[in-house]
Amino acid sequence: MVPTSYYLVLSAVLFGLGVIAFIFKRNILTIFMSIELMLNAVNLAFVSFSRLLGQLQGQVFVFFVIVVAAAEAAVGLAIIILIHRNRGTLNVENVDSLKD
Amino acid sequence: MITPQIAMFLILAAVVVAGALSLIVQRHPIHSALSLIVVMVALAGLYLLQGAEFVAAVQIIVYAGAIMVLFIFVIMLLNAGEEERSNVSRLARFVGVPLGIAFLVEVAYWIGRATAHLGTPPEEMVSTRELSSLLFREFVFPFELTSFLILIALLGALVLARREESD
Repeated sequence: MVPTSYYLVLSAVLFGLGVIAFIFKRNILTIFMSIELMLNAVNLAFVSFSRLLGQLQGQVFVFFVIVVAAAEAAVGLAIIILIHRNRGTLNVENVDSLKD
Repeated sequence: MITPQIAMFLILAAVVVAGALSLIVQRHPIHSALSLIVVMVALAGLYLLQGAEFVAAVQIIVYAGAIMVLFIFVIMLLNAGEEERSNVSRLARFVGVPLGIAFLVEVAYWIGRATAHLGTPPEEMVSTRELSSLLFREFVFPFELTSFLILIALLGALVLARREESD
């Protein structure tokens, strides 16, 4: 039997690591992957609370978060491909103005 | 006292944190993507440990099996190389990373203290039948909306990544 607070601490640590990766990495694909890491941390918190409260709405919401993350990944990767095609770089430090 | 469940949790949590740290530390995005796959599979194990078998299966099939494969396709398609040395000042990195880690440790500590009173729920498998009856009765409208959302995302990605036809 694992206490709920263990899962919540792990979810907080994962989310924090996602934020650190989002801030410190320069490749736009790695930044996008850190967003997925943050979403996974939130999913873990949802499942833990759903287990604690004995309700299934938490797991239904996890289902929806995964679906929305899939849709967002598709569109976001299309945008990244466009950025690479138009700017020639994947480094966010070089993509810093709307005009090129 | 280390029960088998707590031991399993500690092993999976160690794999998860190691994968997340590897995502941050690795320089080539393909290594970060593979580390993220490790994180997702270990998280699916954690969901199974809590009795959420449907969510664990969906996590592996959709998240690790489709979304991450899409990431790896794009990384290979764009020929993403290793990250170059950054022009950010050394001070930002030497002060920022320890501060970030200190903040992380503090947040984790306070969350651990604030939720320690929540206790330990019983471990039992959630039946997919209950979950699906909830999904298709109470939540049928958001469910249909997500299918619409996927259609919109599909069309959007197609239109965005299409090459201009010159005619």
